[in-house]
Parts: sequence; structure tokens; C-alpha cells
Amino acid sequence: MRYAYYPGCSLERSAASYHVSAMAVADKLGLVFQELEDWNCCGATEYFAINKLAAYSLVARNLALVPKDLSELAAPCSACYVNLKKTNKHMVKYPRLAEQINQALMAGGLGYNPGRVQVRHLLDIIVNDVGYETIEQSVVKPLRGLRVAPYYGCLIVRPGNGFDNAEYPMSMDRLLRALGAEVVDYPLKAQCCGGHMTQISDKVAYELIRRLLQNAAEYHADLIACTCPMCQLNLDAYQGNVNRHFGTDYRIPILYFTQLMALAFGLSAKEAGLGSEIVSAQPALAKIDVDMPKQEEEKKAKPRASKEALPMPAMPDEEA
Amino acid sequence: MAVEAGRSSSPSTFFEEVIANTPGGEALRLCLQCGTCGGSCPSGDDMDHTPRQIFAMVQANMKDRVLRSNTPWYCVSCYYCVERCPQEIPITDLMYTLKRMAIAEGLYADSDAPDWSQTFIGMVEQFGRSYELGLATRYHLTHHPLGKIGLGSFALDMLRRDRLALTPSPIKSIGQLRTILNKAKELEGAR
Repeated sequence: MRYAYYPGCSLERSAASYHVSAMAVADKLGLVFQELEDWNCCGATEYFAINKLAAYSLVARNLALVPKDLSELAAPCSACYVNLKKTNKHMVKYPRLAEQINQALMAGGLGYNPGRVQVRHLLDIIVNDVGYETIEQSVVKPLRGLRVAPYYGCLIVRPGNGFDNAEYPMSMDRLLRALGAEVVDYPLKAQCCGGHMTQISDKVAYELIRRLLQNAAEYHADLIACTCPMCQLNLDAYQGNVNRHFGTDYRIPILYFTQLMALAFGLSAKEAGLGSEIVSAQPALAKIDVDMPKQEEEKKAKPRASKEALPMPAMPDEEA
Repeated sequence: MAVEAGRSSSPSTFFEEVIANTPGGEALRLCLQCGTCGGSCPSGDDMDHTPRQIFAMVQANMKDRVLRSNTPWYCVSCYYCVERCPQEIPITDLMYTLKRMAIAEGLYADSDAPDWSQTFIGMVEQFGRSYELGLATRYHLTHHPLGKIGLGSFALDMLRRDRLALTPSPIKSIGQLRTILNKAKELEGAR
């Protein structure tokens, strides 16, 4: 099965572990993802606040770049997914808007026939095109005993994205079960991670993040599995700030569902893109005997500098 | 019936203007004031007005107060309200419209959220992709830097794990992208 692939900006660096693990898993499952040539940012949740037509055109350029022989575009990032899907849908529904978007695209020598491409989230492709049975058959190292909270977030299921329930999705639950994991009930599974609020009002964002961590803790989850780089960043990289803000002590690792798939398929921690999470996944993954990359172990042995300390010239390379 | 924003007649009231600037915005006429939107909103508690109130104010053409409200800026684009709205009102897109109008009118006093959007888009227009370190430094050095001390450890953590790019990587066809965006802005302005 062959798809055009739109990684999105996050997967280039801050969510490189998502990209690495997704590609490793795709390889195992015989999925071919052909990256769009010279794709651009989807505008996240920002461009629509500035200029409507430019925002749609920015997204539509990516749709226009899908090679003629491919009809499906895979997006691993939920924010990109919703922007691509929404633009595609609105171009079909509002011909006048589509005409204007195409006028803009044409200025750059491009054009897009509304609805030509079907936009799909990576999770949708994995559970529906590959299927749970094939996934189960690919498992060589079941995630037995690992308690996982399946966190979908918003944009993978809303607004009415169709492949799963918009308020209480189950596809990742079933996927994780097929991997042998113990999937805990997670009532807040489709609630918001705060999105860009960490940048605008940190107090609002921290409360939204706290709820999600607390809910996972209540169900004794060893880790949270997620489907979106924005969710991962907020829950992982801001977990320390949340702890400082509320005086809590959450230490819940946040991994991408593709990382857990890679581990269950018997791939190495490196192939699963492990080691770049801020909240260490080592204690949780010890339950399923994962050999973590070296840097994490060394880090453990070293006393961690106080979070409040001034940034000392500790070179990133020192730990690489 | 797909009624859309057209250029045919210029809208006469604030309410009409909001509708005309939002794909599918016609549905706003059908708002029942049921409050399902606010009840579903994760950041509703922190909004000056609930979405239901904002829509009543839009209907009443209270332009000034609507565009001064923090409500659109506290929308996190989670689409819960859109999913649940019995009248299928594109609430998230209406919030985007209100944000654009607030920027155009310069009425929203707290510039953090608009500036964040502008800084983000500045990066995209410059490089074609978002470039997180540049974005974060440019924004945070100009927005209460002293209140952002906790962010220092955030950036360090991210750098340590090799999760922040130190240099931007512009797309090859940045010229083409800018031409497209400029044309779009021109068309938007001509409406």
C-alpha cells in the first residue's frame, strides 16, 4: 500500500521520534510513504487567525503537490491532518472559496482539484488499511503487563473526521491491545492538551495538562500513548512546569503509539526513536525489558542539575 | 444549501460581516443559545464571555465588546463545540474570523495571543516551515521575558534531547510559496 506522506514541521525535529518509529513500523507492515516534494508548513492553529485565504492557500499548496499517481495523503500530526482535511472539505463544499484558492495557487503555477486527494491520519491507515489482525500477527514481543493510557487528543477525531468516534474513540485502544498491552480506561482520552495555550496563557495550559496527567495517574497507567506531536510536547516537555506549578510529582512518560508498535514488533529502542522524551520512559519500559539507548542510562547515574539553576554550559553533545 | 462568503454585496452590519467572512457562517443565524458550546469548552472558565454569550453579542452587533473580549483568543481549536452544536455552526472558524477582525480593528488589548500568531506566521512566510527555536526566542524575548524563566529549563531539556533545530531549513520553492500567499492576500483584500 502506497501513500503520499506529509510529515509536517514537528516531525523534522521536535517529534523526530514519531517520524523514525512511524517509518520503521511502516517498513514492517509493507506500507510505503512517499514524502511530498518540498512541502510547506500547514499553518498550525495560527494562520487562520491572520488571513483566511492565505491560510487555505498555504495548506492547499501541499494538496496540490500530491503526485498524480497517488490519491491518498497520510499525515501523522493531528494538527496538520485537520488543516489538510478541512481545506480539502471546504474546497468541495464552497466552490467560490475553492476558485479563489486556485487563483492563488495558479500564481505559483499550481492547481488543485477539490476532493481529488483523500487525507488520512496515520492511525486510520494502520488500523483500517493494515488492520488489527495483521498487526497482532506482526507482534514478536508483546507489551505484556504494560499499562497504557490511550490519549487521542482533539484533532484526530474532530470535527467529525469520520474514522473513529469523535468523543470516545476506540481504535488506538484496540491497536494497543493487539500489541499485548493492558489498555486502561481513560475517560479524558479525547480532551484537549491545551494546544498553543502554553505560549499564550500558561496557567490555562497547565490546568488542561494536569487533568490529563491526573486522569492517567488515577488509572495507574505506566505511560500515555499519543497520536500528535503537539499533545506529546505539551504533556512531556511541560510536565516539569506543571509539577512546579501545582506542587505535584507526575512522572508519566509520553510516547507515540508508533513507538509502542515498534517495540512490540521487536525493533530496537533506537529504531523506536526512544531516548528523546523529556520524562524518561525507562522505568515504565523496564516492565517489558526494553534496552534503552545509552544516553538515558548515563543520565540516570548522573545527579540532575536543579531545574532552577542557571543554565550551565553543559554541551548537548556531552550526553549524546 | 451551501451558502458561502461572497463578494456580491458588502455586509451592512457586524453580524453580517462575521457571517460573510466565515465559510459556512450562515449557520450562525440558526443559533439557539443553548450553551452546549460553552459547556463543552476546555478553556471556557477563563474566557471573558462564553461562546454562547459571544454569539448573542455578535447577533446584537456589539462589535466593540466582542472584539475586545479574550474569548476568541482562548479558543484552543479543539472542535468539541463544533462536534456537539445541534445547529452545526462552525464555531471554531467563527472564532478565527473574530480573531482576524480583532487584529484588523486593533481592539484586543492583550497582544500576546495575536503576536504569537503573527510571529509564527512570520516564520512560515520567511522559511516555508516553522522553526521552533527562532520562533520561541523572537516571541519570548519580547513578551514578559522575566515571567518565562521556567521556559529556560524547557528549552534546555529540548536542546539536550536534540529536539530543537538551531538553524532554519527553508523550503526550496519559498519564492513560489510567497507568490501564492501574496496573491491570496491580494484576493482577500479585494473582497
